[in-house]
Amino acid sequence: MLVEYRGEKQDMKGGMTARDLLLKLNLDPEAVLVVLNGKLVDDSVILQDQDAVKLVAVVSGGH
Amino acid sequence: MRRHKLALCADCYPPWFQGQVDKTIRRLQMFGKDDRILVAVSGGKDSLTLWDVLLELGYQAEGLYIQLGIGGDYSAESQRRVAAFAEARGAVHHTVSVRDAYGLSVPELAQQRRRGHKVCSLCGLVKRYIMNRFACEGGYAALATGHNLDDEAAVLMQNALHWEAGYLARQSPVLPSTHPNLARKVKPLCFIYERESAAYALVRGVDYIYDECPYAVGATTLFYKELLNRLERTSPGAKAQFYRQFIRAKDSGAIQFSEAARPPLHDCDACGQPTSAPGMCAFCRLWHLGEEGR
Repeated sequence: MLVEYRGEKQDMKGGMTARDLLLKLNLDPEAVLVVLNGKLVDDSVILQDQDAVKLVAVVSGGH
Repeated sequence: MRRHKLALCADCYPPWFQGQVDKTIRRLQMFGKDDRILVAVSGGKDSLTLWDVLLELGYQAEGLYIQLGIGGDYSAESQRRVAAFAEARGAVHHTVSVRDAYGLSVPELAQQRRRGHKVCSLCGLVKRYIMNRFACEGGYAALATGHNLDDEAAVLMQNALHWEAGYLARQSPVLPSTHPNLARKVKPLCFIYERESAAYALVRGVDYIYDECPYAVGATTLFYKELLNRLERTSPGAKAQFYRQFIRAKDSGAIQFSEAARPPLHDCDACGQPTSAPGMCAFCRLWHLGEEGR
């Protein structure tokens, strides 16, 4: 599957939940949303090899 | 949404979200449907989400975008998205350029000051001044900002760890106008999690700027948000509990602050805007000192 995060893309194997993917990438599941093939999904969804996954960071700050 | 033990589809989520925000607005008597509201919009997810919700709910919400002049296309791109958002919804929006109004962009001002001011604190001061002045001069009933629960909980944690009584006394979803030139300020997203706000923007197709402000890297707020999210992972609802109980304790009088934590406001000698100390306000001091250094 093609995983995109902050403009960077990488190929990864499917067969894991979105939450497992976040943990594998060392990302906080509370701070990232998962968009699967253009649709926002719950992080319990199992990702497949042919999926396009976009990870959207939700935390902003500095103010 | 683990804290609500609720899973909603893309059709049901926006009305649920709008209902949550409207409940906050009505319960805290922030404003009504006849009031003109000024929404401070940055082009980010929270401010555009707030503006979208208010328009969908039928509130008279106008946008104010402050062009800070932050490079790397950040300001130009955020301005473009705010304008596109307003045009798509036929909403009224206003733009104030810091450079056009005062002669320097925020990064230029920060560079020129060379007094150890962090850009974020200086930027915050400039934005608060412009937003307040614009809201007062425009006769708006309230100035609404997109601060979400994570923003508020992070600030609360920071202020509680340092026992900043003055800041804790003033932290509230509704800040009344206590001076003729001080706008009433409201935070309708204060009980909404940051990820819920971002999810709303994604589901509604709000085209917000994903990139973080280049100056926010390493900001203290981000550190406190990370700490709170660690807590949230093991105890869903912990962030909401932390913030809500603080507001409840203040409202019920269980936590009280002396008048010393709320100093009276004075008129700035230069611009007439409210200031906590006699003489010139921090904004005028900043720009006057900046001019001396040119």
